[in-house]
Parts: sequence; C-alpha cells; structure tokens
Amino acid sequence: MPVMTEKTNPNTKIANVSQKATENKKVVYNTKDLNLWYGEGHALKNINLAINENEVTAIIGPSGCGKSTYIKTLNRMVELVPSVRISGEILYRERNILDKSFKVEDLRTSVGMVFQKPNPFPKSIYENVAYGPKIHGIRDKKILDEIVEKSLRGAAIWDEVKDRLNQNAYGLSGGQQQRLCIARCLAIEPDVILMDEPTSALDPISTLKVEELVQELKEEFSIIIVTHNMQQAARISDKTAFFLNGEVIEFAETDKIFSTPSDKRTEDYITGRFG
Amino acid sequence: MKYIDSEQVHKKMGSRLLANSLAKTIFFLATLFGLVVLIVLIYRVLADGLSWINMDFLMNRLSTDPEKAGIWGAIVGTFWLMLVVAPVTMVLGVGTAIYLEEYAAKGRISSFIKTNISNLAGVPSVVFGILGLTVFARALDLGSVVLAGGLTMALLVLPVVVVASQEAIRAVPQFLREASYGMGATKWQTIKNVVLPAALPGILTGLILALSRAIGETAPLVVIGIPALLIPVPDGIFDKFTILPVQIYYWTIDSALVAEYANLAAATIVILLIVLFAMNSIAILIRNKFQKRY
Repeated sequence: MPVMTEKTNPNTKIANVSQKATENKKVVYNTKDLNLWYGEGHALKNINLAINENEVTAIIGPSGCGKSTYIKTLNRMVELVPSVRISGEILYRERNILDKSFKVEDLRTSVGMVFQKPNPFPKSIYENVAYGPKIHGIRDKKILDEIVEKSLRGAAIWDEVKDRLNQNAYGLSGGQQQRLCIARCLAIEPDVILMDEPTSALDPISTLKVEELVQELKEEFSIIIVTHNMQQAARISDKTAFFLNGEVIEFAETDKIFSTPSDKRTEDYITGRFG
Repeated sequence: MKYIDSEQVHKKMGSRLLANSLAKTIFFLATLFGLVVLIVLIYRVLADGLSWINMDFLMNRLSTDPEKAGIWGAIVGTFWLMLVVAPVTMVLGVGTAIYLEEYAAKGRISSFIKTNISNLAGVPSVVFGILGLTVFARALDLGSVVLAGGLTMALLVLPVVVVASQEAIRAVPQFLREASYGMGATKWQTIKNVVLPAALPGILTGLILALSRAIGETAPLVVIGIPALLIPVPDGIFDKFTILPVQIYYWTIDSALVAEYANLAAATIVILLIVLFAMNSIAILIRNKFQKRY
C-alpha cells in the first residue's frame, strides 16, 4: 500500500517536473561495487548507485542500515573510524576518490558536509563561516567579508545574524546553528553537499526552514541527504535510495518509491511495518 | 512464610544504627586529622616566621648572620628556574600530548608510551636529580646552573603536563574535529585552529599546577649540587643559583648550629606557601572561567 498519494503529497508534482530533466543531467557520484567493513562487520555490501548533479538524493532506511556510513564514505570521513576497510570504486566527477592519489583535503573542499547535530565552532558567527575560506588560504578581509555575507544569505540566516556577526555561535538556537553550519559549508563553495540527518535534532519549524533551504540549494548544488524521516524524503528529494542491512534495496525517483515501490521490503518500510 | 522477621529486624535495629553513626564518626575524624595537622603546621610556621618577614628579609642577599640574611637570591633563582621550566615543559608536554592523542595510532605502542608516562610520574624526584646531575650538569658540562636545574625540573614535571594536556585534548568533542575535516582542513590546521584553542584552558591549568610542583621541589636540585651558601644573585640561566625550598632545607638542617635559622626557614616557608597558594588559585580561576560548555 503506497503511503503517499497525489492528494497527501503536493510535492509529488515538483518531483515529477525535475524527474523529466533527469535525462540531461550529469552523474556526479558513481558508486561501483562498494564494500565496507568495520573490523569484521560488513557494513556496506556491493553498493551500486549513480547520483545526478543538481538533484536532491535522499537515502532512507532503518537504524544501522549503513546509510550514514555510505554518506560518510562519499567524503571519506568514514576513515576517521579506526579499522575501516573499503573495496570498490566511488567515482566523483569520474575520478576514483578511494584512490590513494586522491587527497581527502581536495575532496572535502568540493564536497561539503552538514552533520546530524549542529556543530559550530565555539567561535564567533563570522569566524565560523570564514573558517573554510581561511584554511584554503584566503586572507583578504574584504573577500572574507563577501564570502561570509554571501554564504549566510545562501543559508537564509543573514537577516537573523547580520547585527551580531561577532557574537559566539553558541548563542544561536539549534535551528539557527544548523543553518549556520550550512552557511559554513557553502563558504567553501562546494560542488556537492552531504547532509547526514540534518534536521533530526531540530524542532518542526527549524526543520521546515532547512527543508526549504535544501530546495533552493539544489539549483546550484548536488545534495545527498540521509534522513530518518520518510515524509521529509518524500517532500524534498528527487530520487530516493532505500538501504537495508548494508544493501541498496531500491533506488528510483522519489515519487515512484513512495507510490509504487518494486520491492516488498521497501513497501514494508515506507508503510511503517518495521524500522 | 516471610523470610524477613520484622521482630528480629526491630531487635537488631539499635546496633545497626550504632554502626551507622560510628562509620560516620570514623570518616569525619579521618578528614579532621589531615585538617588539624595542616592548621597546626601553618600556625607553627606563622608563629616562628611571621615576625621575621620584612622588606629587608625579602630584598637582602644571603648571609651567615641571621639578622642580615635575606632571600632575594632565592626569589630571583626561582624566577629564572621557572623561565626555563615553563617553556620546556610546555613544548615537550603539549607536543607529546598532541602526538599521543591526535597522531599515534591507538595500539600497543601508544598504550605502552602512555603507561610509561604514568610510571614516570611515579619516579622519585631524587632519581631525576641523579639524571640531571649525570646528563645536564656533568655530561653536557653545564655545571649546577639554572639551565641544568631547569631542564631536570622540566623532566620531573613533564608527566603532569602530558597527562593534563592529554585529558584536555581528549575532552574536545569529536564533532568539532569532524566539522573542520569536513571542510577540507588538514590535521595540523584542525589541531591548530580547533583542538588547541578548545583545549588551552585545560592545558594552562595543568602547566600551572606543574610549575607549582616544580617550585616546591627540593631533592633534585640538592642532588645537582646547589651551594648551601650562595651570596651572588643569578643574572641569567647560566649562573649558579638557589631557590626557596632549597634555602628552607639548608636553614633547617643548620638550625642545630644557629637557632635563628629555624625562624628564617619558617619565614621562607610562609613566602613559598603564599606563592603556591597564588599559583593554585590562578589555575582554579582559569579552570572555572573556561569551564566547557558544549
């Protein structure tokens, strides 16, 4: 039984529109036969996924299905965990990021990340956003000012913070902190933005703001978002991948996944039978 | 049938409550013992020494005549010693802590190093004195000067700084590092811009506590060979020197010959305690002011 119908989900139409454009879009991330182990645990099994640019790709699945591990593999953040082993290929713009010659610092400059819990630095709002450009060598105060303003505007938080850029970011609310983290991510001028359950620690209104933001950002960026919230996936994504026990069960246009899933397990999950 | 007989319970209640209040009394007395001894000690020291403290005592050079003797040389010597100990322990201690926490793979070798640093903290200070005498004073031919004493003292308090810095670095939440790495920062950029600023209060607290330990240590410097009666005031780190606790030590053992030396020792103890108390207060202030708020 499909959980979302035309009536309950007004965004389905939007999803349909963007789906038509899909054919012309380039693939930004192509994952081929990806396997990942944490010690003995086989966390990702033969993942094959082609993710398009300028789309929102949602990754859903129950806890422990490997969705967070997968998104952290896309910017090799997963390597911070000791005893991780990876095999297979992840082509980012046709280059294998798992190749030794691919420097993670390079990768993470093109691929920004927004985390589950808002994690601003205990610095001023300005310094938080300027952090990325500074580590990449921008020293000119004027340019930094411009980047900070542009990024904060891009994350739809400029009006709320423009008068207190020098105050500590910890004074912001949780929702504002998360949008600040999105601004901080925009400041490195990424190509792809990875979001690991960005709204799971936020209240409904802040969640809505972040969701709207994601819709705006996809004009310019490719967004891959892990979410626990199926309604959220249905609302904001163009394509959805359903993960279960480290495998991709189904990957298709979001409205297809939520209306006519081809796998029984996908249907069971989205109708709330487990997870 | 009930297993607990309320009659029996009631009968034994008295002795249970007695044991209860007895336990409380014993632990209170144990606490009191240390406190009383400390108060007696401070009282004795103040009674013997307070009247001897005046500007002349602080500003005069050392002398065999108790009326003329002052601790200016020991104060300056202590200052120079700290000027060596502080930067050396800071660089070595924080460096070691950064390596162990941020770079070293968590494995046998790193836990071996960590265990040994803890062991090092337990090595008696006189052993460090022998090390200082052999390596710095003799092998490097520095003699018993400030630099030799400072390096010895730095090694002695190094474990304190390493352990405190490690704890401070470990307390920096992982999500801050992830935020930095996630923007393409290198490890060193992350350590420099995120980890160290967040860990700094903890590191400083450890450093001050380490210095206050160094200020009170006697044995290693006696082993290195600090003269019992040094009249010149040191001008730099290559001069012979003496420090407050060593002065206390010599005056105390010589008080059998000249009774007033005991008063001089007591007066010096008062000064040393004031310095230590001030340093520990600063450490506590820093710790409270920057209490972590993640």
